[in-house]
Amino acid sequence: MQRLLLGLVTLFVVSIIIFVAVNALPGDFAEAILGQGATPEAVNAIREQLGLNQNAVTRYFSWLAGAIRGDLGVPLSQALFAGNFGTTAVGTDVTTVVDQIIPRLKNTLFLAGVSAAISVPLAVTLGVLTALYRNTAFDKSMNVTTLSAISSPEFFIAYILILFLAVLNPVFPSLSNIFPGMEFSERLTRTMLPALTLTLAVTAQMMRMTRAAIINLLASPYIEMARLKGLSPMRVIVKHALPNALAPIITVIALNLAFLVTGVVVVEVVFVYPGIGQLFVDSVKIRDIPVVQACCLIFAAVYILLNLTADILSIISNPRLRHPK
Amino acid sequence: MSEPLLKIRNLWIEGRSDETWNPIINGVDLDLNRGEVVGLIGESGAGKSTIGLASMGFTRDGVRISEGSVVFDGVDLVTASAADKRALLGKRIAYVAQSAAASFNPAHKLMDQHTEGPVQHSVSSKAESTEDGIELYRRLRLPNPEEIGFRYPHQVSGGQLQRAMTAMAMACRPDLIIFDEPTTALDVTTQIEVLASIRDIVEQFDTAAIYITHDLAVVAQMADKIKVLLKGDEVEESDTRTMLSAPKEEYTKSLWAVRSFERPAKPSVITGATPVVSVKTVTAAYGTTDVLHDVSFDIHEGRTVAVVGESGSGKSTTARCITGLLPPRIGHIEFDGMQLPLDYRRRDKMQLRQAQMIYQMADTALNPRKTIGETIGRPVEFYLRLKGKEKRAKVDALLAEIELEPTEYFNRLPSELSGGQKQRIGIARALAAEPKFIICDEVTSALDQLVAEGILKLLAKLQDQLGLSYMFITHDLATVRAISDEVVVMKDGKVVEQGEKAEMFQPPHHPYTDLLLSSVPEMDPDWLDDLLKERGVDNIGDAAVDKM
Repeated sequence: MQRLLLGLVTLFVVSIIIFVAVNALPGDFAEAILGQGATPEAVNAIREQLGLNQNAVTRYFSWLAGAIRGDLGVPLSQALFAGNFGTTAVGTDVTTVVDQIIPRLKNTLFLAGVSAAISVPLAVTLGVLTALYRNTAFDKSMNVTTLSAISSPEFFIAYILILFLAVLNPVFPSLSNIFPGMEFSERLTRTMLPALTLTLAVTAQMMRMTRAAIINLLASPYIEMARLKGLSPMRVIVKHALPNALAPIITVIALNLAFLVTGVVVVEVVFVYPGIGQLFVDSVKIRDIPVVQACCLIFAAVYILLNLTADILSIISNPRLRHPK
Repeated sequence: MSEPLLKIRNLWIEGRSDETWNPIINGVDLDLNRGEVVGLIGESGAGKSTIGLASMGFTRDGVRISEGSVVFDGVDLVTASAADKRALLGKRIAYVAQSAAASFNPAHKLMDQHTEGPVQHSVSSKAESTEDGIELYRRLRLPNPEEIGFRYPHQVSGGQLQRAMTAMAMACRPDLIIFDEPTTALDVTTQIEVLASIRDIVEQFDTAAIYITHDLAVVAQMADKIKVLLKGDEVEESDTRTMLSAPKEEYTKSLWAVRSFERPAKPSVITGATPVVSVKTVTAAYGTTDVLHDVSFDIHEGRTVAVVGESGSGKSTTARCITGLLPPRIGHIEFDGMQLPLDYRRRDKMQLRQAQMIYQMADTALNPRKTIGETIGRPVEFYLRLKGKEKRAKVDALLAEIELEPTEYFNRLPSELSGGQKQRIGIARALAAEPKFIICDEVTSALDQLVAEGILKLLAKLQDQLGLSYMFITHDLATVRAISDEVVVMKDGKVVEQGEKAEMFQPPHHPYTDLLLSSVPEMDPDWLDDLLKERGVDNIGDAAVDKM
């Protein structure tokens, strides 16, 4: 309960930071849309129409109040069309920020889900295996491989994957343009390349944390005891070390899952994947502030939510906290 | 005579430090017959545990067996494959570790850990093994044997865990059990219960055992024969009674002699004198639970008050109240007749300076990144405002006082010191503030007997020279006998008895003091038997009498 409250407070603070940061961006929607030759009068007219000339505090609170109600406003781009052509009838068609974001968010969550479904089991299994065969050639080669993957920029990995899996051996399509109503298997195939790229980006950290957390415990007396009971090395690690190493592993998994949602910008752009990251980039380009703010807020909420979940799972994984004396 | 169960021949073991291999065990031999118990004794670093583990064919990381053989029932564990060793470990050779609390996996219930061995070694099914586990718990006189196995380790007390671990070692009915200091971490009263349980069950199943301890009186109760080790070499070996009555080697005799240190009695306190420290009707709580109830006692100038009791009796909490780390809920602390602010943050520098502390774990109480000179220099600068040459001179003087050569030790790091030397640094750091009163919290518990005796003698000398008053927290009655003038016995946060030492060690006692006193093992091999007879077996365990 306390954690939940703390999470909400964090979200509130983040919302202020987002608002201030976004408003500190040079230029505004009016200037961006009218171009360099715009007369000050025209710029002012648009600003007035969109309420951009009100003071920042007023705008913040009206935005916050809306956000709490689930109304994140109307994208400026939509509002502009309505205003410019004087066709108020179009108003019924004007999509809100929420309408615009929801399908994109779903796509991003789908991509994150697929990546997580591949990377988390892979990372934990590799972590256990590298801990079991620590300091062997297998361990070292796994470490080198995953570290090189995490050290290379994502777009580089993305293009390498496109080269090998789409161009040289056309296994997966290089463009991930999914749309609603697509068959699940088709969707999955098209999502595969960005998902693999993300997997390579996040596996290393989770694997290394799993390995380190387990190895850290190997010197503890209860592991020695387990070995002296004549248990197999695999059983010692999976049954005796892993349950006690869960807390740090869960935390790192949560951080990486959050990255899967919020850090996808580059990958989505490379693969033309219609997710929230691409929407975010496009909106920044045209200074569509309500959308940018909404995206930021969603990213922050995902981070906080996942960390909260990680905290709760860590508590559940610890019998000392689960069963007090 | 038939072939011994375990035959260790010319065992050499090396440990690696700084990229070179240094000998730990130098050619030790050991024979153990079925059903026989051998006691391995020696100070820390003597290689007792290393031999114990090696007799299971096991070495810790960074340690290797370089030569020799460990033949268990015809199998040489040094050359056996890992799989062959695993087939024996847990099934025919079992291990009971020093700290059961650390050696039970916190993530699993006791019974799941108990049945793991039998199930993995295909000795019995989980259900059979569970039933057997409950039976073993009953025989080891654990309370609620039916239910206790289904708890997690943190829900069970230390003494009970130690018995549960013995039960776990028994799960496959092994031929040999290695007991590695199984009672060292326990209170004396608990220790007796565990010792009696271990001995009973080893006798019942005719199990051979290697019993490792640094406590001579304990080994006297448990072992048929004793082997004394010093720095990886065997000093001597003989049957228990011979060893106790007629030790041959000088080193063994010196071990025996340690217990005889006792400082001469001091004249009693002049009535009406103002005590240095006076604890007045202190009641203190952690959160909302009271852990100290109405505790009062005085500590007079130049005297040592020993505060005795089992773990959880409130000894250290009392110290925390005196130092102001835990402000009492009711009552207060007086220093030289003046009332001290309850919270240390509201005491002035002079008040803080007067009371210093020395801790049990010198290892963790010293900053590993600071040299000895810096560690001692810090309070010198803070309390005495000395700088530069004067500070250096003061630190040197302090080092000389604790009998460490200043030029040699000034620039060393704590990791370059032995346990006893670290404790001396702890003493010097406390002395640096030039206090009148020092709280010694179990300062010798983590040390070997010879080293501990050195520390006690040093503290006694400093007291005579500087007129210090000590509050000496300990659970070891031998230490109390050695150093104290007055004794305060605590139980469950209350003072149950207090008075002059001479009175305390003479009847009549409070029943609890009596229990404490009679629980201290004596060097007589019949002591445990006699005691058990005297108390009646029922009194020892807190559960039903052995039903078998």
